[in-house]
Amino acid sequence: MASLRHERQVDAPADFVWAVIRDPASIPAWFPGIVSCTVEGTRRTIRTATGLEIPEEILVSDALLRRFAYRITAPLYELHVGTIDVFALDSHSSLCVYGTTALPDTLALIVAGATKGALEEIARLAETSYHQATE
Amino acid sequence: MGRKILFITSDQQRYDTVGANGGQLARTPHLDALAADGIRYERCQPTSVVCMPSRASILTGQFPSTHGAWMNGVALAENAPSVAESLHDAGYATALIGKAHFEPFLDPFGRFRENALANLGVPTVESPWFDGRRGVHRGFDFLELATHGVLGPLHYAKWMQTQHPEQLGNFYPVLDHELNVNALGGGDTGAPQVAFNVVPREWYHTDWVADRTIAWLDRQDENRDWFCWMSFPDPHHPWDPPRSELARVPWRDVELPTNYPVSEHEREALLDQKARHWRAWYDGLVVSNYEAPAKWVPATLTANQVREVNALNAVEVELIDEAIGRVLAMLERRGWGDEVDVIFTTDHGELQGDFGLLFKGPYHVDGLLRLPLIWRPAPVTAPTPAVVTAPVSLVSLAATFLGIAHVDVPSWSEGASLPTSDADAEARGCDQSVTEWDSALFGVDVHVRTVVTSEHLYTEYLAGTMHDGSEGELYDLVDDPLQRVNRFGDPQYANVRAVLSERLRAHALRPGVRATPGELVAPV
Repeated sequence: MASLRHERQVDAPADFVWAVIRDPASIPAWFPGIVSCTVEGTRRTIRTATGLEIPEEILVSDALLRRFAYRITAPLYELHVGTIDVFALDSHSSLCVYGTTALPDTLALIVAGATKGALEEIARLAETSYHQATE
Repeated sequence: MGRKILFITSDQQRYDTVGANGGQLARTPHLDALAADGIRYERCQPTSVVCMPSRASILTGQFPSTHGAWMNGVALAENAPSVAESLHDAGYATALIGKAHFEPFLDPFGRFRENALANLGVPTVESPWFDGRRGVHRGFDFLELATHGVLGPLHYAKWMQTQHPEQLGNFYPVLDHELNVNALGGGDTGAPQVAFNVVPREWYHTDWVADRTIAWLDRQDENRDWFCWMSFPDPHHPWDPPRSELARVPWRDVELPTNYPVSEHEREALLDQKARHWRAWYDGLVVSNYEAPAKWVPATLTANQVREVNALNAVEVELIDEAIGRVLAMLERRGWGDEVDVIFTTDHGELQGDFGLLFKGPYHVDGLLRLPLIWRPAPVTAPTPAVVTAPVSLVSLAATFLGIAHVDVPSWSEGASLPTSDADAEARGCDQSVTEWDSALFGVDVHVRTVVTSEHLYTEYLAGTMHDGSEGELYDLVDDPLQRVNRFGDPQYANVRAVLSERLRAHALRPGVRATPGELVAPV
């Protein structure tokens, strides 16, 4: 089992970052390669740019802690847990942390590689939204 | 109008597998004919002995330490320089058909364009170019992609999945259930990455690449210049060519390679002369390249397994040669035969039994470093056939293509065009080529630099997991062409070592703008 973590400081308050990710159906807007998804209760199915459909289970969506956690349940993924945490640094900035734990180990590398791009998109969307709100 | 360019690559093919280079096992009449009519290079070297960095060097004309795709699993930046962009700008129609691999294969989300293209159903997409413009992806108007198997999102795999799904299980499973390169043995000898594949020959990827190349060429305007990179995935492992073709090279009749030490004692004595990661890999203690099966121990390799792998490899080389023959015949039918430059090479070699090893890794010896390279200039130019013995590099290909197209070589290219004779090489000071290796995967870091001249092969290991920065290898290519005697510590070679070390230092300090090294996001 391997765990990898990426983090990104965002020039926007934590609530703006959380607003980007809190809706499970919003993932195509910020995760590179995911083109659409459906959400039914705690089940989310993502469709990727390669045409692959990957089922997921939403484990946690906690607005108070600003924590979102999910698990890819496709057979290839013997174990997977993805966590996104948003921490307020001050009133204008925050830290977004994307963790990936997976078995086999190779999957952690592959999924975590994609999450870094996701963090960039989350930051871009949150910063754009914050700047528009403060203009 | 310039000259049309057919650029043909195979993947992981040794120099000595081509008849014109002295190969005895595979019949390669079409390559041999191209060599007889053109220029055959006896010491062509890759910039890296794995696919992604080497292929990125072909496209960019830059070393891995410049273009930034420093190991497999690190994508070449979308806006890296590309010779295809320069040719596209010069009015060439541009295509890459077969294996690209500038972007990681293991990409379930399809965030890399190569992997998303087949599902999108378009011939190319727009992406950022080196000069700030946007244009067709990496300069190619048309991309139709394949790799070594039938799984995954590329065009060939999708075609097999939809048109011939009953065949999918016949191909060797390249990865195991842990997503490591599979150690599963097959064939008659249980050799790793070997399988009997009953797929009909016409559905195998070699013929598919030729078929799709012919289809693209058929669509081209009579008078427009084109650059077509026809890129075969073979003879890279897995070795699972169509079973119908295996009788071409019965493995039991195959002689063992010259550099295969039959006795265990001899093998181990040879490996112990080299840097420590050689023996560590042989003993199954360390795997420093993802593409060597993680659960396979090289010390278990038998002589018969070497014979079978080499036989299957030869079958794959013959199929490639015949596929090339079909494309060349098509060019003749279109009336283009006299105006097409044909260049054939590969991205890196394969150990194939040398020193008792298979596959590849940070082991810079001729099995991996010495590549087939043939340039048959367009007959309309009345080329003088030649054999070039001077060391040359794949980093020169981009400049060579641009020279054929009468396009000025941009400042980003680190390679000059290939010499057309030894006299040309001497006049231009082509007297060395450099290969780099950097890897950092699953806790194993290896960093290697090698310079090859006509007389010596010299390697320095930089500090990493396996090396403390003081180790190296030095082989005298004149009296030790098989690189069996490491003279790195030999006082008689101290001066040679100093000169070659200085050449590596000069390579490290060469001028130019380096891209930020890319991020490792997949093992391959």
